[in-house]
Amino acid sequence: MVKGRTGQRVRLYVRGTILGFKRSKSNQYENTSLVQIEGVNTKEEVAWYAGKRMAYVYKTKTKSSGTHYRCIWGKVTRPHGNSGVVRAKFKSNLPAESMGRKVRVFMYPSSI
Amino acid sequence: MAPTSKLSQGIKKASRSHTYHRRGLWAIKAKHGGAFPKAVKTDAVAAVAAPKFYPADDVKPRQPSTRKPNATKLRSSITPGTVLILLAGRFMGKRVVFLKQLKSGLLLVTGPFMINGVPIRRVNQAYIFATSTNVDVSGVNVDKIEDKYFARDKKKKAEKTEDELFETEKQTTKDLPQFKKEDQKAVDAALIKAIEAVPDLKAYLGARFSLRDGDKPHDMVF
Repeated sequence: MVKGRTGQRVRLYVRGTILGFKRSKSNQYENTSLVQIEGVNTKEEVAWYAGKRMAYVYKTKTKSSGTHYRCIWGKVTRPHGNSGVVRAKFKSNLPAESMGRKVRVFMYPSSI
Repeated sequence: MAPTSKLSQGIKKASRSHTYHRRGLWAIKAKHGGAFPKAVKTDAVAAVAAPKFYPADDVKPRQPSTRKPNATKLRSSITPGTVLILLAGRFMGKRVVFLKQLKSGLLLVTGPFMINGVPIRRVNQAYIFATSTNVDVSGVNVDKIEDKYFARDKKKKAEKTEDELFETEKQTTKDLPQFKKEDQKAVDAALIKAIEAVPDLKAYLGARFSLRDGDKPHDMVF
């Protein structure tokens, strides 16, 4: 949400869904979240996204720094399993209400 | 076979005579007329009076590190004239032309300004995609643009009288200095000619990159 961006809106991030926290059957570890990145379906495809930064953006009732939007930054750490799910660590653990919501996976730091 | 290589604890690989010969001690002796030169003990050591203060611990003072960071490596996909896609910042999605790498490791790019509104700017390698498209930059001279060119102007502390202190701050106009506008034109002039020579390149540079539905960046070739 850049102030007054009236130009063409471009999406330079890949959409991802927050699936939940890293967990076993009856224990969960909230410091690592699991993210499903759109279009990524295998462990090998995740390699491209390793280290890429992501942002969980959310709206609040109160304004901070002049806007109702806030975000928690994080990054892709490693693949989770064989089917393209990814583990991510955020600057502060994601709130439980983030489960099922979108996260933006940016394409930087890039190595292309 | 260094003489200091060991066969076992305390047993050197090379014999005493072998190391004597290898180190050239025979040559040093010959040079000094048959005797090994002795270092002359300077009187400075003896002349120092007993110091007034002895530190409590025999601790070496910490030396600052003399390690220097390496120069930032430029990705092999980036050469002068490569079209880059900016991934973040004010100009995200814009396709710009790479000019050179500055000493700080940042990349010097330009829109060109007339085509997509990106001025001569510095950008970090981590925030760009390098495409395989290349523009001919042989006519462009960016020798005089270095990191110092982009340094911020130091605010001059004007002497304020008591009255002025209570007035609202004067809006210091942040106009771009004229020489920077001229530098932009000079750099872009040769560049735009080279761009217009290639069909569609001008429109390509004017358009912004964006991801669409179904796009998979990990599968894309840039």
